[in-house]
Amino acid sequence: MDILNDLFSNPGITKALPTAFAETLQMVGISGVFVVLIGLPLGVILHTTAPGGLTPAPWVNAVLGGIIVNITRSVPYAILMVSLIPLTRMLVGTSIGPVAASVSLTIGTVPFFARLVETSLREVDFGKIDAALVMGSTRLQVVRKVLLAEAMPGLVAALTTTLVTLVGFSAMAGLIGGGGLGRLAYNYGYQRFDTTVMLTTIVIMVVLVQLIQFVGDRVSRRVDHR
Amino acid sequence: MTAIGARLFGDASIWGNFLSHPQGFLLITVTDLRKVYRQGDRDVVALDGVTLRVPKGSVHGIIGHSGAGKSTLVRCLTLLDRPTSGSVSIGDRELSSVSDAELRRARRRIGMVFQHANLLDSRTTAQNVAFPLELVGTPKQEAARKVAELLKLVGLDRFADAYPSQLSGGQRQRVGIARALATDPDVLLCDEPTSALDPATTEEILDLIKALRDRLGLTVLIITHEMHVVKRACDSVSLLEAGRIVESGRLADVVASPGGRLSMALLPLPGEAPEVLPGGPVLDLLYSGDAAAMPVISGIARRFDTDVNVLAGSVEHLGEAQFAHLRIQLPSSADLAAITAHLTANGIAVTTKEA
Ligand SMILES: Nc1ncnc2c1ncn2[C@@H]1O[C@H](COP(=O)(O)OP(=O)(O)OP(=O)(O)O)[C@@H](O)[C@H]1O
Ligand SMILES: [Mg+2]
Repeated sequence: MDILNDLFSNPGITKALPTAFAETLQMVGISGVFVVLIGLPLGVILHTTAPGGLTPAPWVNAVLGGIIVNITRSVPYAILMVSLIPLTRMLVGTSIGPVAASVSLTIGTVPFFARLVETSLREVDFGKIDAALVMGSTRLQVVRKVLLAEAMPGLVAALTTTLVTLVGFSAMAGLIGGGGLGRLAYNYGYQRFDTTVMLTTIVIMVVLVQLIQFVGDRVSRRVDHR
Repeated sequence: MTAIGARLFGDASIWGNFLSHPQGFLLITVTDLRKVYRQGDRDVVALDGVTLRVPKGSVHGIIGHSGAGKSTLVRCLTLLDRPTSGSVSIGDRELSSVSDAELRRARRRIGMVFQHANLLDSRTTAQNVAFPLELVGTPKQEAARKVAELLKLVGLDRFADAYPSQLSGGQRQRVGIARALATDPDVLLCDEPTSALDPATTEEILDLIKALRDRLGLTVLIITHEMHVVKRACDSVSLLEAGRIVESGRLADVVASPGGRLSMALLPLPGEAPEVLPGGPVLDLLYSGDAAAMPVISGIARRFDTDVNVLAGSVEHLGEAQFAHLRIQLPSSADLAAITAHLTANGIAVTTKEA
């Protein structure tokens, strides 16, 4: 009963936690949307410009894949988010708050998502693309109606994995001003030795990730007719 | 090889027959098609000067072993691969030099059926068949009507809402055929349409293709490695070997050309038929059409008052006509010259092997 009492009387939980939770959702939501908006086309371009692809373009492929995607992916997120503070200020006017944190979250996660998209698109049998071309499809129609439609289960799984990654990254982003559950756990758990708050945060994070994974798996299975 | 190919192609009798076909209008015209692939630092000649003419309304087979260049030929016919040189025309449209937009339009005049159907797993049967209609922005109602009609035509109206994974191989191939027909093409290109199917389903699909040809006046090209498919479905056939067409012609003509590879493959003698035996000349008789209905053996026996020993034989219906390949032995006393002359006069091709 002591623990329950503590749960409902601790201001860290009754006051700070709902705000922190909302901030985390905000960070994951905003960056999730931008990751899809940027990463999906990027993944498609990586796939179609590859040798033997729909529109082979070795240079575009090398620059996008080899340089941008691989370099960004090799910089640890903790370093990337710090180094992006000037850019964030330029884009959103501040480097504090969930919106500002979404800038580095997006940039840090887009290459990861784009690679996952590319991998799922690679699973689509070339015969299907040939069939669509012989039926008179334009390349854009092939991308929309064949590549993306056929890879949908894989794409949903890729998005799920990316959102889970974003939850983790958002906790790190919280430390340098993003707020959210990461910040809460740090403030209360690390600076004030408030174990209750820290444990609660952990539980909420675990539940959030489980929920994302559960919904993602369900949707992925729903769109899978193979 | 080139010599043989050229000879066969130059052979006026084969093309004479082709061109005098009642609907002699050529729908598929391939001229001196070459395709060279680069494999590492080596050039692979996949097609080495293929010339092909298929008249409107006929079912033409292209048969060849693995690696002969069959798939390459189809890819070049649909311009999925650019030919290295040579030309491809469907109807009166030359495909190898057109713009992308024109090529797309031309491709809609071609329906293509694939070995593994290549249906979209994300779409139901009806949605798969509607795909080509969607590409050109056909109004929903009109598309639905057309899809229903096509599914009925291939006998799948009850499976409109099934996904490909819920269909059998034969059913999937039917969906592929319905989809290929959605844009009312003039030509149906089939690349190994039955190679993934069991014998009974193979018959079904081939019969369907022939029925569709009759009903819709299609011109059909079937690529295959099975002679059985040619026998069952084709009016004419070309043998593709190492990128060249080495024999070609109407089934009736290639079967009746003694010593021809297609003839031997189309009408093989069963088992280990002896080629030479002591005791008298061995004759191979090849006959087709009307001659096949003639009582050949008893005819010789009676007319020349001799025994006839049948060593082996096979009789087949190819298309409308009957064809037979017989190996017989005559006694040494028989008048070989007279018998041969008699048979030849009756339209029977005779090859003699004497002990
Ligand atoms: N994309 C390619 N790149 C390089 N070489 C190729 C390519 N496609 C085909 N070839 C070569 O061209 C030749 C003909 O191949 P093709 O696939 O047309 O044969 P096929 O008659 O269809 O055989 P199968 O019955 O096994 O399908 C082969 O030697 C093959 O190695
Ligand atoms: Mg092949």
